[in-house]
Amino acid sequence: MQSLTNRKIDVNRSPMTFAEKIYIPEIARGMAITLKHFFKKKATYSFPEQKRPFSSVFRGLHVLNRDEQGRERCTACGLCAVACPAEAITMEAAERLPGEENLYREEKYAARYEINMLRCIFCGLCEEACPKDAIYLSETYTPADFARKKFVYGKPDLLIPNPVTEPEAYQKALGRNVETTAEAFEKLKK
Amino acid sequence: MTLLAFDWALFIEKLVLIAVVIFGSLGIALYSTWAERKVAAFMQDRIGPNRAGPLGLLQPFADGAKLIFKEEIIPNSANKWLFILGPGMAMTAALITSAVIPWSSHLEIAGRIMPLQVADVNIGILYIFGAVSLGVYGIMIGGWASNNKFSLLAALRGASQAISYELAMGIALIALLMLTGTLSLKEIVEQQMAPGHYWNIVYQPLGFLIFIVCIFAECNRTPFDLSEAENELNMGYHQEYSSMKLGFYLFAEYVNMFVASAVMATLYFGGYDVPFLNESLLSPNVAALVGIIALMVKIVIFIFIFMWVRWTIPRFRYDQLMELGWKKLLPLALANMLITAIVILWLQHK
Repeated sequence: MQSLTNRKIDVNRSPMTFAEKIYIPEIARGMAITLKHFFKKKATYSFPEQKRPFSSVFRGLHVLNRDEQGRERCTACGLCAVACPAEAITMEAAERLPGEENLYREEKYAARYEINMLRCIFCGLCEEACPKDAIYLSETYTPADFARKKFVYGKPDLLIPNPVTEPEAYQKALGRNVETTAEAFEKLKK
Repeated sequence: MTLLAFDWALFIEKLVLIAVVIFGSLGIALYSTWAERKVAAFMQDRIGPNRAGPLGLLQPFADGAKLIFKEEIIPNSANKWLFILGPGMAMTAALITSAVIPWSSHLEIAGRIMPLQVADVNIGILYIFGAVSLGVYGIMIGGWASNNKFSLLAALRGASQAISYELAMGIALIALLMLTGTLSLKEIVEQQMAPGHYWNIVYQPLGFLIFIVCIFAECNRTPFDLSEAENELNMGYHQEYSSMKLGFYLFAEYVNMFVASAVMATLYFGGYDVPFLNESLLSPNVAALVGIIALMVKIVIFIFIFMWVRWTIPRFRYDQLMELGWKKLLPLALANMLITAIVILWLQHK
């Protein structure tokens, strides 16, 4: 059969040579391999202290985006919910009232926006479906929790902090300095 | 009245020595578990335990505390007496072997000469054989008393393995005995220390190879850990054990390893001898101290080899184990004995 990759290795089924039969040289060879690994650089990251650098296309927790003036970009069109293969997203639309122009960019917005993080498979299709650049996947990955219902993230959990009123929190939420499981646990203890 | 006269100093001296040896063996076994996990991790490109204390050094204590506080479960259908006796037996057998090992020459305290050996019996090697053979009873009794088919199978494997490999080990040692002409471990070490003499490994390389393979089998270490084969027999003979009784079984393995390393160092690697150093030039106390350190270094190297092998070589199949024991090691040991005998005779009649 034609090989699709060049990684195929044929099993050597020829009878053992004398050197293999007396076993000792082969044991020595194996032990040399393990000894080499003994001094090799370790692959471990000591997680809470040391974090693994992510690729720029890493798909972590969702963030609902705002524009430069701090207005929500989401218009509750529902394309993300349709695109979602895990059916993790639900939303309810509402009409923008006069006087709310500084809160919502368009005249329709999501009054309720929920993602069930236990259903979500972090495929990123919602991000691709969104015509308004309102949802994207950050570098945060799901923190641990003790109850199932806490994994249904609502708007307060998803919305990015307002860049106008809370610039520091906004910078933090951009995904460069994210909260880890250990930090979340630390916060829980307090 | 002379019958009642009792050398109390000797009694106390030996008692202290026994306590030091036992607690020393236990302490080293304790940290062997830590070392095993570290060595395993390093050989698999990991870091290993590093949360309990600096470098994870408190890990063995955490493990011990956990085992003590676990629930004791004795199965309904188990033979309760034997079930409890098993781990105790394994531990005792592992510890008593250390009685005849010369840890160093001797200390001189207030004019009193204190040999650093619990008992210098003139049948030291025979004693070690006896004690090592006892070790299999821990496995046998534990496996039998559990009333579990996997445990029983493991115990049967353990017993047949121990018997098969003891034979080759004994014959490999006979070649060594012909060379040294004594059964006392202390004399064997002193012969190796004598000027103009090399360590026994130089005279008996094949004998040592057979001996170390058999020691691996006697200690139930990989590649001969058939009696606790995790993937075939669900942990083997200690499957039904929990809490500190399990701890004793696991711990006995490490004590065994420590004592076996000490025996190997004593018989083949000069015991407490430091190479290229004439100990008689030093004051006795300094020489004793240097000797202990030398022996410990040798033991640590052997323990590392035990672990190194464990994380390299996969377990033998049962038939391969038997074939290696009876068809390879035994004839090899016999040939080694014969050749040694011929060479000794030839040298005597030259």
